Amino acid sequence: MTTLRVGKPHKARSDKLTIYLLLLPSLLPVLLLSVFPLLRGIYLGFTDARAGRNVDVTFTGFENYKELLGDEMFWNSFKIGLIWALGVTVLQFVLALGLALLLNQQLRFRGVARVLSVVPWAMPPVVVGILWKLVYHPDAGLLNEFFHRIGADGLRANWLGDFSTALPAVIIVGVWAGMPQTTVVLLAGLQGVAPELHEAAAVDGASAWHRFRHVTLPALAPVIVAITSLDFIWNFNSFGLVYVLTAGGPGGKTMLPMLFAYEEAFRYGNYGYAAALGNVMVVIIVALLAIYLRRRLREAN
Amino acid sequence: MLGKPSRTGRTLQYLALAAYLIFLGFPLVWLLSTAFKPPRELVQLHPTLIPSNPTVQNFVQAFTEQELGRAAWNSLQVSLASAVLTVLVAMPASYALARFKSKLGTLALGWVLLSQLFPFVLLIIPIFLVLRQAGLANSHAGLVLIYVVWALPFALWMLQGFVRNIPRELEEAASVDGASRLQTLRRVVFPLLAPGLVATALFSFISAWNEFFFALVLIKTPELQTLPVALARFVGIEGTARLGPLAAGALLATLPSLIFFAFMQRRLSSGSLAGAVKG
Repeated sequence: MTTLRVGKPHKARSDKLTIYLLLLPSLLPVLLLSVFPLLRGIYLGFTDARAGRNVDVTFTGFENYKELLGDEMFWNSFKIGLIWALGVTVLQFVLALGLALLLNQQLRFRGVARVLSVVPWAMPPVVVGILWKLVYHPDAGLLNEFFHRIGADGLRANWLGDFSTALPAVIIVGVWAGMPQTTVVLLAGLQGVAPELHEAAAVDGASAWHRFRHVTLPALAPVIVAITSLDFIWNFNSFGLVYVLTAGGPGGKTMLPMLFAYEEAFRYGNYGYAAALGNVMVVIIVALLAIYLRRRLREAN
Repeated sequence: MLGKPSRTGRTLQYLALAAYLIFLGFPLVWLLSTAFKPPRELVQLHPTLIPSNPTVQNFVQAFTEQELGRAAWNSLQVSLASAVLTVLVAMPASYALARFKSKLGTLALGWVLLSQLFPFVLLIIPIFLVLRQAGLANSHAGLVLIYVVWALPFALWMLQGFVRNIPRELEEAASVDGASRLQTLRRVVFPLLAPGLVATALFSFISAWNEFFFALVLIKTPELQTLPVALARFVGIEGTARLGPLAAGALLATLPSLIFFAFMQRRLSSGSLAGAVKG
């Protein structure tokens, strides 16, 4: 049923028809290529579907999930995915908040910083990957050359190829790529904080830190909760960046869940298993978000 | 502003800002510099930040040898088709969403948020199967369809905000003058909606231009692959001298979205886009 706000009662039926006609061109492709595939994908997670044209698909219930529980590669990838998503989201938020606070001040070079803070956002993930591959390059890279010039040759490393540095190096790239958007959103939020509140607090003798802690942060809380939640979802589901940087290597040290699922589905043809992995990821994201949002809500009350 | 921060406070602020500028800016400078370095400078033991003999040879090479030119042409076609189709499909729907309060509209916007949650891997296998059944799996047409569907939620959200900004009274006035609904739409609403349509088209163009995952999975014929996929394949080719053309290609692939962001910069940084986007 559709409830109409406008239009006189006798026009309601023709209005309803108009709405459906107007919505149909959008609705149809979304149903066919978004809603249906999603439901089908969730279902596939409970089957033994495999690649190939004439393969029988049978419903296997929780068979895939039992297998996942015992799959060491999955647990490994899941752990890496959590470190990646939490690491990137937290660092991204802290750095973006710092930058947003600076950009909200009357500082010189603010214009340059504003433009620079948006550029990474404008780059395709594949290009960001290439860019950082150049920075991390063991022989021709900016980072190693920098350490050489400051006389710290001992710090030179094969950043993306070394077991111990690969994941941190990739996380830094994630932060660089995602920080701009978070900064812009937080800056917009900061500009919405009423200056009167600050002035009142300043008159009461509150220090800068106190004003930040008790005026800015509470006013910014809804924006912070929204953007960190979205960032977390995006990061957990990200693919292209790390695919280009390391393709999950070295030795699976940066094998994010999405990369793992991609390999399962398109290298080994295990459609059902990959879909099951997708289902598990959705459940985990929803659970983590629920915990996070509930805690924030309780704090707000 | 409040009382001026102390001198040390200011100094610290500038130090922090400088650190941010280095972190954000130096990788970009490095990409630019690598793209303009001749092969000899690329392989030298200690690379310099600024190329001593800048050259455009890498750009030429990227286009001729690695067939990035063809990939760029593919990307252009796919992105343009996606942009046009998205606008055509989103225009009527966004009007309906903005002007009539219906449960369908709430449902559609709910789907926008919900669809963010699901990893592509859940979608890609069934989409692949659907497209294969329709004979569109390894084709630009299939890719365009996916990109339109993918851009639609945000496009609808953005565009209905633009519709809401057109005063309803204008439409009522036209209708009192005897114009039919269709005439009202064509003569009153669409002309006023032009900036919104441009923004929607640009958004759709850029998301198609930048997209990697679907193109990687769906396009198997090398002649059909899009620029991001071609660039990613290029990364696999080792050798330090190859970095020049790679950087040049990456730089060119960024241009369209850079232009888009330059266009939207003021709205983005002032946060007023939030107003255009709000539901």
